[in-house]
Amino acid sequence: MQELISRIKALLADKTVDRVLGWKAGDMPYNPEPAYFETEEDLKDFVYDGFCGANLSKYMIEASKLEGKTLVCLKPCDTYSFNQLIKEHRVDREKAYIIGVGCKGKLDIDKIKAQGIKGIKSISGAEIDGAADTLKIDTMYGEKTCSYADAMLERCHVCKGKEHMIYDEIIGESKDTADGNRFDEVAKIEAMSPEEKFAFFQKELSKCIRCNACRNVCPACSCRKCVFDSNKFDSAQKANVVSFEEKMFHIIRAFHVAGRCTDCGECSRVCPQGIPLHLFNRKFIKDINAFYGDYQAGADVDAKAPLTNFTFDDIEPGERG
Amino acid sequence: MYKIAKANLPALFRLIAENQELYLPVNTADQVNFAAWTEDAQVDLDKLKTVKSPKDVFFPQSENLYSCVKDGKKISIEPEALKEQNFVVFGMKACDIRGVEVLDKVFLAEPVDSFYKARRDHGTIVAMACHEPEESCFCKVFGIDCADPAADVAAWMIGDELFWKPITEKGEALTKLAESLLENADEAKVEAEKTAIRSIVEQLPYSDLSLEGWNGDVLMDKFNSPVWEELYKPCLACGTCTFVCPTCQCYDIKDYDTGHGIQRYRCWDSCMYSDFTMMAHGNNRTSQMQRFRQRFMHKLVYFPANNGGMYSCVGCGRCVEKCPASLNIVKVVKAFQKQGGSNS
Repeated sequence: MQELISRIKALLADKTVDRVLGWKAGDMPYNPEPAYFETEEDLKDFVYDGFCGANLSKYMIEASKLEGKTLVCLKPCDTYSFNQLIKEHRVDREKAYIIGVGCKGKLDIDKIKAQGIKGIKSISGAEIDGAADTLKIDTMYGEKTCSYADAMLERCHVCKGKEHMIYDEIIGESKDTADGNRFDEVAKIEAMSPEEKFAFFQKELSKCIRCNACRNVCPACSCRKCVFDSNKFDSAQKANVVSFEEKMFHIIRAFHVAGRCTDCGECSRVCPQGIPLHLFNRKFIKDINAFYGDYQAGADVDAKAPLTNFTFDDIEPGERG
Repeated sequence: MYKIAKANLPALFRLIAENQELYLPVNTADQVNFAAWTEDAQVDLDKLKTVKSPKDVFFPQSENLYSCVKDGKKISIEPEALKEQNFVVFGMKACDIRGVEVLDKVFLAEPVDSFYKARRDHGTIVAMACHEPEESCFCKVFGIDCADPAADVAAWMIGDELFWKPITEKGEALTKLAESLLENADEAKVEAEKTAIRSIVEQLPYSDLSLEGWNGDVLMDKFNSPVWEELYKPCLACGTCTFVCPTCQCYDIKDYDTGHGIQRYRCWDSCMYSDFTMMAHGNNRTSQMQRFRQRFMHKLVYFPANNGGMYSCVGCGRCVEKCPASLNIVKVVKAFQKQGGSNS
């Protein structure tokens, strides 16, 4: 992390960038927050460790409106989102100085707590330097340990790879943490009967409290005014009417981001009710791959997206790829 | 003081539910929230905090107020019936009970909210002490004793036994209903448990959080502070903090077009949302900074100003655990402390 901080200081000092978008240490071992830094003094709170899961690409929409350049720290998977935002003209490449930061998998505090670990005072092994396989957790109820891999976010188990898709420079090493196939869970659901599928999604989605965290964190959800917030339409509503949550909000959102979702996994990371929202997006990604050939949103800024591009080879409605 | 073996709790729940609705922490798809008891429900009394607070037992996230039905040229108006049946909420923690006291200040003050009052009148609360408080808890800061929660009945889960102490008339009535399953117990184990819980609370990292400088008299100082401009930036403007909170009480009223009339309903609103308190002239908070500031000013300044110094935060720590950007009220209080070394 020292190398990263020194480089950031240098880039601020020589005015290459006007500000830095990174993470600020929290008051717990696991709650850093996205933050702007403008001076060397500010940077004393800068942190980059295993708990910096937040994808900062979306914050660059606002940062692109500011004067001057913003240095942004992006993990390999975050860079897919940034590319996609360039493609959608929502961020300004010229306003960004991208440091591709190394990533060895990000941690999910809920997975640690699900192991019965509570009263957490400190955690070691989450630092970005070194490669701890085990987290040592000092709690009010004694010393605990937890394997790093078991504490990783779901998305890291299906890591897209250690390469940054866009950057100005790279600092730190990355590791491909995948130990599973991202479509396995989708295939399991596809194999269910319609009744089982309905029961599965009803059970999951009935937990939804319509907090909109999934939408607001989503880099693909960048509409200035979401249809669900507009008082000009009947679709605008905050009521948690269960039938609506199950049938409309998440389904419409999944359709809207289809072909643009990079599978960054932020929706599932932030859901306070642990709804596996990424499953919808992965179903679309899997189908798009089957119908139009393999496509990864955000892998580049030029390729035409299958759902917004017509070719004579496109499959016809009703056909199965 | 009474007690009941943990193994007999399903029988207790069945007995209560024969007579009235019973709400308690239930695990559904890996998340624990308050829900109505059923024979198949996976009751989870070990989880310290439910994801959502139990406030929606008294103040549901969405409820109909009345319906208008159009039949030719005639319109009839049907008010929604008020709660008339008794019910029990089992397993509320001390912080959530204080949360209900905060809601009482709002909904039981004139003009009384009849929907809320009907639920309060018909509800019996069985409180549970917090066996092992966690690092995100800071109820002590608000003078709440999670070792000795006060409601209609107070309960302690100690080992394989649940200790049960009726406190109010409603609590005595529920105890009578359950008497075939309860046996007499002495208080020694409960006293030891209380001491153990309190000693854990002393060690919690947020227990010494100082709220000095947060009261109804500092309105303009706090409101105009430049600190907000720094604090709000990571906020995603989602409603997570407000919807998991036991005291957030703002709601919106809307009409749902049924095709042959309307249902007028109210639903929780969130000050984090762009259309919060939107009026015909527009919106009086035009930036996310203003909306973010509203939440904390309401909890720590406006509410105490209007309610004899009572804060409308209870230190449950749900926002601490659930904010997607890791912002929360504790960080806000600490940021003001840090600024200039004082609280103003």
